[in-house]
Amino acid sequence: MPANNPTLHEAPESVLTESNAQLDITLEQLKKLVTPRAFTGETMLLNMGPQHPSTHGVLRLLLELDGETIVSCIPDIGFLHTGIEKTHEGKTYSKGIPLTDRIDYLAPLSNNLAYVGCVEKLLDLEVPLRAQYIRVILLELTRMNSHLVWLGTHALDIGAMSVFLYCMREREMILDVYELVAGARMMTSYFRVGGLWRDIPPGFTDLVQKILDVFPERLLEYEKLLKDNPMWKERTVGIGVIGKEDAIAYGMTGPSLRGSGVNYDVRKAYPYSSYDQFEFSVPVGSNGDVYDRYRCRMEEFHQSLKIIEQAMKRLPAGPVMVDNRKIAPPPKHEIAYSMESLIHHFKLWTEGFSVPEGEAYFAVESGKGEFGCYISANGGPKPRRVHFRAPSLCNLQALPRMSRGCLIADMVAIVGSIDIVLGEVDR
Amino acid sequence: MPDTLVSLPDFSGIVADLGDAVIETVVAHGEVTLVTTRERLIEALTYLRNQARFEMLVDETCVDYFPQEPRFAIVYQLNSLSRTMRLRVKVFLSEHDKTIPSACAVYLSANWLEREIYDLFGVTFEGHPDLRRILMPAGYEGHPLLKEVPVTVEEVAFSFNRRRIDADKPYARE
Repeated sequence: MPANNPTLHEAPESVLTESNAQLDITLEQLKKLVTPRAFTGETMLLNMGPQHPSTHGVLRLLLELDGETIVSCIPDIGFLHTGIEKTHEGKTYSKGIPLTDRIDYLAPLSNNLAYVGCVEKLLDLEVPLRAQYIRVILLELTRMNSHLVWLGTHALDIGAMSVFLYCMREREMILDVYELVAGARMMTSYFRVGGLWRDIPPGFTDLVQKILDVFPERLLEYEKLLKDNPMWKERTVGIGVIGKEDAIAYGMTGPSLRGSGVNYDVRKAYPYSSYDQFEFSVPVGSNGDVYDRYRCRMEEFHQSLKIIEQAMKRLPAGPVMVDNRKIAPPPKHEIAYSMESLIHHFKLWTEGFSVPEGEAYFAVESGKGEFGCYISANGGPKPRRVHFRAPSLCNLQALPRMSRGCLIADMVAIVGSIDIVLGEVDR
Repeated sequence: MPDTLVSLPDFSGIVADLGDAVIETVVAHGEVTLVTTRERLIEALTYLRNQARFEMLVDETCVDYFPQEPRFAIVYQLNSLSRTMRLRVKVFLSEHDKTIPSACAVYLSANWLEREIYDLFGVTFEGHPDLRRILMPAGYEGHPLLKEVPVTVEEVAFSFNRRRIDADKPYARE
């Protein structure tokens, strides 16, 4: 600690001497965001979060209330901003992969794929089919993982405690698969530019088969608890409604958009990683309320299982990494006798590989929606700019529109239904 | 992947309709990029939304091309749900005049995305309904994604500690 660290009594004085730039929001700006009734005392301003268990992280909402009815809602984000996009500018392309795990920390593999897919697009790499299939299996497991956490916390917010415990139990099975393939349960970093870190270890098939066997009956359990539960329906049907046109205009994607009846899924519209070789359907709702978004995600569990089953059955043999040694690291045993391999290894781990100048956008369908990665490459081993298109950010943007006129207790249900992860919103 | 516009008939129609609002067309990695100007941007986006049916603004971001001039590019990623097409629109901005009309009137989703660009790059959006910082903390000074901000660990400068941090910096002062 430097000697001239600010003491507590020092801070307020300097605040007073500087301009009012430190204010979060000025009165003039606030006047534009709330109705004039807030200034006459007719409505009340209420702060919700950022330390609130049902905001799924650190989301702060400023609510204008007329009694218990929400008149306007002003979300305040940025509490979890970690500067991932800036950090990427100082890292080589391979060193950027572990950073992407931390964006949407409930779906690390979807983020990995958006990033490596974008780099592969810039390099015009064709990934081996076996790697693509393994990616699909893991991506669908990731979607189920993400949905399990959503279902558990969403139900917990509304008051159904036991669903949470069940979901966490099943999530363990998926985390075990992560641990087996990548060695880590949360921050996997398993995908590499050009393929995978390594082939799937023995025991993978058994673990995935167990999930395929167990899940259908577990899903029935969840359905029994919630689907026709009158209390659940009372809290979700007709709440937080958003129409088709509005949902598209706000840039909503994923199950939150499909709940409003728009059939848009990146896997179908712009297939990547051989998704066009699998048979599955995209569940679409109609009313755009909390219940329909819930139904869409529940149906997606079944579709994910269907895709995993097909991919496991047809899993081709072959390599899991491209054979271009300028990008793929050489196997460890080769380094011992091949000078060229040693040079490649050294170059890859010190300088990294260069990506030709250009820009590309690559999107995947993560559990939350369209997770995209935009990279502007400057021809060197480090990117000029990496930007992540976070589905949670755009979905959250529609929250004020969805919550208008609802009761304050419904706010908790609506925030849960759009399935936000604040790590992704703030990046 | 087709690398010329001739093999993409849908896009050549759009480029023809936009006329001289498009100053450059780039096709690379199977993606089409239209470069337009600041003055014609809103006109182009309105056409793309209403006539060409690009209903969704998926993403909007900024790239700092330092030391090139024009230094900044605002990048719009459009998506057409009905035609299953993607399109990228780019506008270059000079370092000396970092203002651009806001796309909020055309696409609602631009609101927060433009606030983010304003926050991280300091680009001002004319006509934006609520232009204030979104990610960086209140009282933060500067725009962190500009290239002159180093990619190193540094104590975050707020208005109350900026002078002290500045005093500790190793460079020479008067």
